[in-house]
Amino acid sequence: MNTIEKLAILADAAKYDASCASSGSSNRNSLSGKGIGSTEGSGICHAYAPDGRCISLLKVLLTNFCIYECAYCINRNSSNAQRARFSVEEVVNLTLDFYRRNYIEGLFLSSGVIRNPDYTMEQLVAVARSLREDHDFRGYIHLKTIPDADGDLLANAGKYADRLSINVELPSQQALVNLAPEKDHRTIKLSMARIRTRREEHVADKRTKKISSNLTPKQNKPPKFAPAGQSTQMIIGAEPSNDASILAMSSNLYAAYDLKRVYYSAFSPIVDSPTALPSIRAPLVREHRLYQSDWLMRFYGFSANELVEEADGGMLDLQIDPKLSWALRNRHLFPVDLNKASRELLLRVPGLGVKTINKILKIRRWQVVKLADLIALRASVKRAMPFIVCAGHKPVEADYSSEKLRAMFVPAAEQLQLAF
Amino acid sequence: MRQIGLFDAGTTAGLKRQSSLSDAGDTRTIQAGFRNVVFYPDFNNWWSSASQCLQENVSPSKVWWTENRNAARAPRKSLAMKESAGFIQEATAASCHRSEDRWALLYSILWRLTHDEPQLLELSGDPQVAKLHQYAKAVARDVHKMKAFVRFRKVEGESPGCVPRYISWFEPQHFIVEYAAPFFKRRFSNMHWSILTPVGCAHWEGEGDLWFSDSVDKDVAPDGDQFEDAWRVYYKSIFNPARLKISAMQSEMPKKYWKNLPEAKEITALVASAEVSTQRMIKQRKVADNFHCGARPAHPDQIVHQQIQATDGSSLQALRLQASLCSGCPQSVAATQTVFGEGPDNARLMIIGEQPGDEEDLHGKPFIGPAGKVLDAALKHAGIDRRQCYLTNAVKHFGFEPRGKRRLHKRPDASVVRACAQWLQQELSCVNPEVVVYLGATAASTCFGPQVRVSRDRGKLIYKDARQHLITTHPSSILRLNRGAAQQNAYLQFINDLKLCASAVGLENKARLMVNKH
Repeated sequence: MNTIEKLAILADAAKYDASCASSGSSNRNSLSGKGIGSTEGSGICHAYAPDGRCISLLKVLLTNFCIYECAYCINRNSSNAQRARFSVEEVVNLTLDFYRRNYIEGLFLSSGVIRNPDYTMEQLVAVARSLREDHDFRGYIHLKTIPDADGDLLANAGKYADRLSINVELPSQQALVNLAPEKDHRTIKLSMARIRTRREEHVADKRTKKISSNLTPKQNKPPKFAPAGQSTQMIIGAEPSNDASILAMSSNLYAAYDLKRVYYSAFSPIVDSPTALPSIRAPLVREHRLYQSDWLMRFYGFSANELVEEADGGMLDLQIDPKLSWALRNRHLFPVDLNKASRELLLRVPGLGVKTINKILKIRRWQVVKLADLIALRASVKRAMPFIVCAGHKPVEADYSSEKLRAMFVPAAEQLQLAF
Repeated sequence: MRQIGLFDAGTTAGLKRQSSLSDAGDTRTIQAGFRNVVFYPDFNNWWSSASQCLQENVSPSKVWWTENRNAARAPRKSLAMKESAGFIQEATAASCHRSEDRWALLYSILWRLTHDEPQLLELSGDPQVAKLHQYAKAVARDVHKMKAFVRFRKVEGESPGCVPRYISWFEPQHFIVEYAAPFFKRRFSNMHWSILTPVGCAHWEGEGDLWFSDSVDKDVAPDGDQFEDAWRVYYKSIFNPARLKISAMQSEMPKKYWKNLPEAKEITALVASAEVSTQRMIKQRKVADNFHCGARPAHPDQIVHQQIQATDGSSLQALRLQASLCSGCPQSVAATQTVFGEGPDNARLMIIGEQPGDEEDLHGKPFIGPAGKVLDAALKHAGIDRRQCYLTNAVKHFGFEPRGKRRLHKRPDASVVRACAQWLQQELSCVNPEVVVYLGATAASTCFGPQVRVSRDRGKLIYKDARQHLITTHPSSILRLNRGAAQQNAYLQFINDLKLCASAVGLENKARLMVNKH
């Protein structure tokens, strides 16, 4: 099998991992080095596939041989999928050749588990080591971490990679028991804790070294550990967990392990799937609502239990976005006065994003905020109007009953079907 | 050569006249009092002209900005403007915009910034500021797309040993080539490359300076690269047909870019076959349970069970392993791990806290967080060697409320304490200490029930169940007090309580417990 044939198999096998981020790492470039590559904060999506997902990294598995039997996974032990295995050199060369042509920001390397976790992790680290040390590659590297792998291997992974990730896979331990019998939240969380600890040790090192040393700045720099942090992924819709438990899981993970992102991956049908799994199309709208909720938790001060009502079976409203849905359940807090309200309250207004709110607060220091300002800011004025008061605008209650508002924002039925 | 006050407007070849914002048309002749500025159209040259106009107090309505690619270029100098540092950054971006009114817009904003409106850039609702933001944003997006969609094609050197050159053809929407080129220099600094576009070309020779040349035709660029096949294979394979979302793709990768992207040739076929592939995946179910990759590994719990069997079953080590698998209360769901007790199995003094905190949860060891540090210091003051004590908690899993990136301690419910009591009881019977110290109400309730009051019952030895017990405060309650006398007193009282415990340990064991001070 040649490299391109392997690429077809091992990229296909990797596409169920939603993560594609190449952002948030340390600032570096190749001006001072022998190799290629740079990372400058924001990530770059070099292409988009017709599934609307960004292609930023060369996302491949080192091998799709796997001794685990996770029901939802195309690479599970019993799957009839064609198997392949890259050599370390093949992945290194593919990455460099793609990078030189500006196809990618770097590499996202994962693997099926072969022999045992340590052996598998060793192989992943070998690729990252070769890219960094043999080729002075300064682009982005994301390594999937195998839970249970040895601590020294993890230390090396963090030394070479910008980001590490371990997937929690499913939102409850019971779901793992049912669908991923070799996996276990206990060991997954332990690995996440190890990564957080290592990152914090690095930061602490940096602080003490800064205070007390007469080394040159370069010697003074402790080795970086996964500067772009860690992330994880949960599969949505493969089992009956509701959105409330998914979001609770996410907020626990964010709080506990300093995760940069939790990715939600709508369960997608795979060839030859076991009968334990639902025979469905990927629940893409649900996935989208979860991402919106996740965003609201991280940047808008919402907590998981505000976003989902037990009365709705712990599920998010699929027809309208979670911020609007929350606003409709909490009409007593509205309308909010753009000229007086706190930032915290402004963040709760449908149609106003963080950037818009920051701009409103700046305008407010100098002059009265008018509806015309919102229009000039290109905010979602129509969506915001029922919920705000500002110079030149006061919502008329009669026009805006919650039922009317809902009807106004629910997309037409056919559109919704298309979205599914 | 003077660039300002040139009155031969419209006569030089390649000259493009631009009206000022307040002018109605572009055909009027220049009248007295008007200034026609002829300049090379980039930010640096505009800036040096604009600075001069500003110095001479020429109002925006009196300036004509006339681009001339043949005009002399002002030397590049560092730009410093006290009035608004943010302006230069945004104006540099906006100056690359295609629209013809950008120079007049920039001058008008500059004028206002320096004439009693220093806060202008914060007024995002102002029509001119909104336009500036909009231009800068459009340029930033275009630059971003250039960084994303440039596709280099490798051209081998003409003679052997000659370095290959990577050449790209890209069609930007705005005049961004010089503005965006340094990014490619930083990223591909050890390659030789050229980016060719209809609005000028950028080149890099692996060292020295970037250089720029006039626009060229597309057919100058190479028409293929051997690696594009691999790239197209990758593009096809990474696509998931079950998630077809064409509009999402097009909003980020608009069709206008497709003609220069080798992978875009695949899109039509991928979209057309998506539905068939999806149906096949939904319908084709598993037939047999054959394992193709060897024996499945044991579940991580089984490994722990094997370790338990290797112990004698009743030792502390066996208990610790058993407890590591405990899921007897809701706190075990969100916590990382069981934080079991720590210390010698023949310790004479046992110290029981409430529950592990954030750091204990991450590391799996009791009393290593802020409260643990207070306890360490107090033990030292009391002359007690921590290594000779057995330290544990009433509850073994961390109970918390998530708050953004932090976990806030949550007091365990009585039901949680009850569920966890079995581990504490077994630790007590394994270690069999002479004296037990309870830190705080939760710990004390495990022995004395819910009616225990720390403030009332603390600081005295209580004989019960053939051993001495002592209740004292939890060190975290000392941390919660405001710095000052109250905190100092609480701390001293805590030390005294610990000293009392040490004195209660039998004489023959005391030497071992106490830190040797000599």
